[in-house]
Amino acid sequence: MSLLLPVSTIWWREVVRFFRQRSRLFSAIAQPLVFWILIGSGLSASFQPAGTSEKQGYIEYFYPGIVVLVLLFTAIFATISVVNDRREGFLQGILVSPVPRWCIVFGQALGGTTLALIQGILLLIIAPLIGIKFGLTSLITTLGVMFLIAFGLTNLGLMIAWRMESTQGFHAVMNLILIPIWLLSGAFFPITGVPDWLGWVMKINPLTYGLDAFRQSLYSNTIPTDTELPLWTLSILITSVFCVLTFLGATFTVYSQTN
Amino acid sequence: MENRITVENLSHAYGSRRALDNVSFTVTCGEILCFLGPNGSGKTTLFKILSTLIPPISGSVNILGYDLYTEKKAIRKLLGVVFQDPGLDPKLKVYENLKHQCHLYGYKGKDLNYRISELLEKFDIKDRTNDLVEELSGGLQRRVEIAKAMIHSPKVLLLDEPSSGLDIAIRRQLSDYLNLLATTENILILITSHLIDEAEMSGKVGILDYGKLVSLGTPTELKSQIVGDVVLIETSNTDVLSGAIADRFSVSSTIINDNLHVACEQGHEFVREVLTAFPDDIENVRIGKPTLEDVFVKLTGNPFE
Repeated sequence: MSLLLPVSTIWWREVVRFFRQRSRLFSAIAQPLVFWILIGSGLSASFQPAGTSEKQGYIEYFYPGIVVLVLLFTAIFATISVVNDRREGFLQGILVSPVPRWCIVFGQALGGTTLALIQGILLLIIAPLIGIKFGLTSLITTLGVMFLIAFGLTNLGLMIAWRMESTQGFHAVMNLILIPIWLLSGAFFPITGVPDWLGWVMKINPLTYGLDAFRQSLYSNTIPTDTELPLWTLSILITSVFCVLTFLGATFTVYSQTN
Repeated sequence: MENRITVENLSHAYGSRRALDNVSFTVTCGEILCFLGPNGSGKTTLFKILSTLIPPISGSVNILGYDLYTEKKAIRKLLGVVFQDPGLDPKLKVYENLKHQCHLYGYKGKDLNYRISELLEKFDIKDRTNDLVEELSGGLQRRVEIAKAMIHSPKVLLLDEPSSGLDIAIRRQLSDYLNLLATTENILILITSHLIDEAEMSGKVGILDYGKLVSLGTPTELKSQIVGDVVLIETSNTDVLSGAIADRFSVSSTIINDNLHVACEQGHEFVREVLTAFPDDIENVRIGKPTLEDVFVKLTGNPFE
């Protein structure tokens, strides 16, 4: 049996459901957007990010971080439904079918990734308004990097969701792990100039590299790289490894939770 | 391919709590077996094991010749499963739910369309094909769910509490349909239920209590374990009257739904005697044939609730 069919049908269900619940579309994008405008404007007067050029104000510095936050939020919303789904017959019906577990994870992960990308692209449209100009090549690489980040984050969400008995538990993990991962990824402030211990925390945070790769692609590698961070290609490599590891982690979680 | 499910000495436990205790039975294609038991009797655990959702702790399960421990994948292709919790996506249309199921089992194109239209026709839901599932009534949803479980022509159909939330008329309809399915398509159907009337409508009934399979047979066979009639007495003070009847007539009575049930060979004679003995304590008396509830109480000594 072709495994493409079950993967694509699980992916398709996630996407269709999303478009039939319009409120979800706005909730994932509105909050980060408000966040960006309020905090970005508030801090831009007093805060020039270390290691960035004078031209780039805080509101522009903060922008890639907000796009990644939208990816994170969508990944969370997409995977949180698994917690409820698991208790209901629909997902149980998939579990008793002959479809291998990894196909279920792959379909769900691709579904969440697609939703995150759709929201991310909506936000990307604003980029030229704040002075970020990109050509076709940088648009393609940017989308590629966004795909990797979204795929990794969705798998991370699945790893958590498949273990949780309740959505409250998921919220706790979200506040304790997922939001700090974002805060300490260079989205909010650059790694340059932070105390050593914090620098180390940021350096072992995989999302730091995803965000760096995203920032560099957005500017077609024309902005100075954070001196503390590796080259663009290495950032991409680390992000790809993160994707593979989280996918394996999510698959392992599903196997161990359902066998 | 064998045509039966054989379960031998099946046990399962959650921590120290035993959910299934040495359950053994055999059931053949074309039969409907209903596991009847109150909440906590182990029927959902049995259902989950047979549907490959949880592995058994000990014992053997063979489904149409395949071993549950080692040949799970082959078994999954043979199973159609209807869960107690809604198994349809309410945000998808009827057709989309069925299409999704087809894809999981590898059907596409012409084959997919043929299967779906055949089932829509058979289950009389063709006119609702393009409605969202959330717009359907409970009875209709249940029908779509069974259609969904039947999409790959399974040899075994497992249904967990299929009639919960359905009224009696729809329950009867469902049961008629399942009987038809079992005989015409030679499918083996296993049902779990906590409803006496649903069990009465099944070909065979297995009574589960605290994880033990207490008895198994046709409803008539099971009820023949109670000889004679069951006298049902309505009273405002069941405990006192139960004791008094036991002292006076040396028969034991059980309390079901606040009524006293007394099994006796000659119902009409007992009614006369008991009315003469306790004229003031009895509000109403009925004589009836034993139900599966009486059998359950007699076999387990526990109330059915």
